[in-house]
Amino acid sequence: MKLNRRAFIGTGAAAAAALQAPSVWGAAHGRPKVVVIGGGAGGATAARYLAKDSKGEIDVTLVEPSRQYYTCFFSNLYIGGFRDLSSIAHSYGTLASEYGINVVHDWATGIDRDAKTVTLAGGAVLPYDKLVLSPGIDFVEGAVPGWDLSTQHKMPHAYKAGSQTELLKAQIEAMPEGGRFAMVAPPNPYRCPPGPYERVSMVAHLLKDINPTAKILVVDPKANFSKQALFEEGWAKHYPGMVERIGPDFGGENVSVNADEMTVDIDGVVEKIDVCNVIPAQKAGRICELAGINEGNWAPVDGHTMASRMDESIHVLGDATNQGDMPKSGFSANSQAKVAAMAIRGDLTGSKVFPAKFSNTCWSLIDTDDGVKVGASYQATDEKIAKVDGFVSQTGEDAALRKATYEESLGWYAGITSDMFG
Amino acid sequence: MVKGAKTIFGVAFFVSCVAASSSVADEIGDAERGEKLFRQCAACHQVGQGAKHRVGPHLNGIFGRKAGTVDGFTRYSEGLVRAGNDGLVWSLDKLHAYLENPKYLVSDTRMNFAGIEKREDRADVLAYLRQFSDNPADIPEAQPTALAPEVELSPETLAIVGDPDYGEYLASECTTCHQRDGSDQGIPSITGWPREDFLIAMHAYKRKIRPHPVMQSYAGRLSDEEIAALAAYFEGL
Repeated sequence: MKLNRRAFIGTGAAAAAALQAPSVWGAAHGRPKVVVIGGGAGGATAARYLAKDSKGEIDVTLVEPSRQYYTCFFSNLYIGGFRDLSSIAHSYGTLASEYGINVVHDWATGIDRDAKTVTLAGGAVLPYDKLVLSPGIDFVEGAVPGWDLSTQHKMPHAYKAGSQTELLKAQIEAMPEGGRFAMVAPPNPYRCPPGPYERVSMVAHLLKDINPTAKILVVDPKANFSKQALFEEGWAKHYPGMVERIGPDFGGENVSVNADEMTVDIDGVVEKIDVCNVIPAQKAGRICELAGINEGNWAPVDGHTMASRMDESIHVLGDATNQGDMPKSGFSANSQAKVAAMAIRGDLTGSKVFPAKFSNTCWSLIDTDDGVKVGASYQATDEKIAKVDGFVSQTGEDAALRKATYEESLGWYAGITSDMFG
Repeated sequence: MVKGAKTIFGVAFFVSCVAASSSVADEIGDAERGEKLFRQCAACHQVGQGAKHRVGPHLNGIFGRKAGTVDGFTRYSEGLVRAGNDGLVWSLDKLHAYLENPKYLVSDTRMNFAGIEKREDRADVLAYLRQFSDNPADIPEAQPTALAPEVELSPETLAIVGDPDYGEYLASECTTCHQRDGSDQGIPSITGWPREDFLIAMHAYKRKIRPHPVMQSYAGRLSDEEIAALAAYFEGL
């Protein structure tokens, strides 16, 4: 990660401002206030575009607990040994110093929709004219019997990048020779549809190097999954005999785990394993529930503006939303953030508003220089965000195209992270 | 080999105008006439028995070949190699497009050539080149005009003045991948691109003449006005 001096001072200044802030932020301030909760692909992008495009007309505060943000996208490449962890770490210094965003490293613990305020764990109360929630995912309690957050150090989810990803990789590296790695895959809908299967590929890549007789067991409640033909072709080609997947027809949806015994129970058959990556069922980040804007597990939004269907002063982005056809991905969140920023700016400053356009592409790496992609473009209708046109890599593509696709993903990573963090 | 195969043009001899009024709509073109027209290409390209790479690669076997892949030729532009990887294969219609305006298919092509404006002239050159490809049977002979849409943009399309504010908003979709600072790792830079190159490239994606599926998808739903707005925005960055 690059951290230049100016960016560093920016973070320091923002942190100092946060410490000195009174419990209610400058209510006398004339500029309209937008508070953004969550500094990932949705929130960081929204904050940056609001600040950049309003040219100081909007007072933007970004609330994010982590000072160091690890992108979920490309975290599988860290497991596979293609990236080091520092290369997927980002800080908020530039957003503070270059864009004048108030970056507050704290947890949002409550939202008062009538008073239009956000309460932080540290006690501060932030008033807003518009609120943007981009909290990502949390896990559904009890989704995998035997697993909860207290067992995540034994059976990591590694589905929020950072220490969990590091832990999972360390466990894989410490596996006994010829040992067994198990993944409990999530049911739909969940963050990053190809993510678990790219992870299987990256774990296989790592094991092929350091523990070639090890095996991978995937327990999956879904009959089909994203880019399935591409992954299965790649596994057979690069990692023959290593990956076994148990779908719902063989009990893949009836699974429990025992973290003390390191076992997985698949429809009554108990398997001993050495490493277990549990990716449970998911729901919108908890702040959406606290705000009372969920319907079921997710926050429904109007695709034209990304405004909550429950409260037009709140816009919701990314994984936490129920919006229609877009997959839950960093690319989607980044795309939705720009639509939301435009709509909010239009409401607060009267700037021009254009029709919403969305897009998404998800690249996955199967093995060295073997990249694939799936994507689509979308538009807003009154009912939902609807898919317009899509594409997916084909099986049997030549090596040069796969390499070019991987290189394209590197370009995209550099592009989207600079689009998020400046 | 058929007639004309013996010829190697080593000398640049530009034929500025060949009067050609006879219409040959039912055939691929007139190879003999194409041989004469090819002289404008021969400064850089050889074709036929013993043809060697010159400024440009030799053109034996061009039909059906993946772009940017001739053995021994090392001076392809990045964009041409990328287009080949994306799926550009030299079929009759792609060659027609390339001869009409090379930039329609590859923006940074090193083929510094203004293009052959008349469809019939292109068809004749291609009929000539076709004789030096291995499987002429696979190369369509009939109705060349139906196979080759004109790629040049109309003056009206080129003249559309885009709304820069709209361009800025639309551009936010591009900058997820194409970095504003002009970095081009894995994905080409479009910052500061000349307006006309931008228009030509985007319309080629929209019409699926250029192969990249992501770009085809994005360009496919942009109106002419939206493409013009983007072109104006990126040129001004």
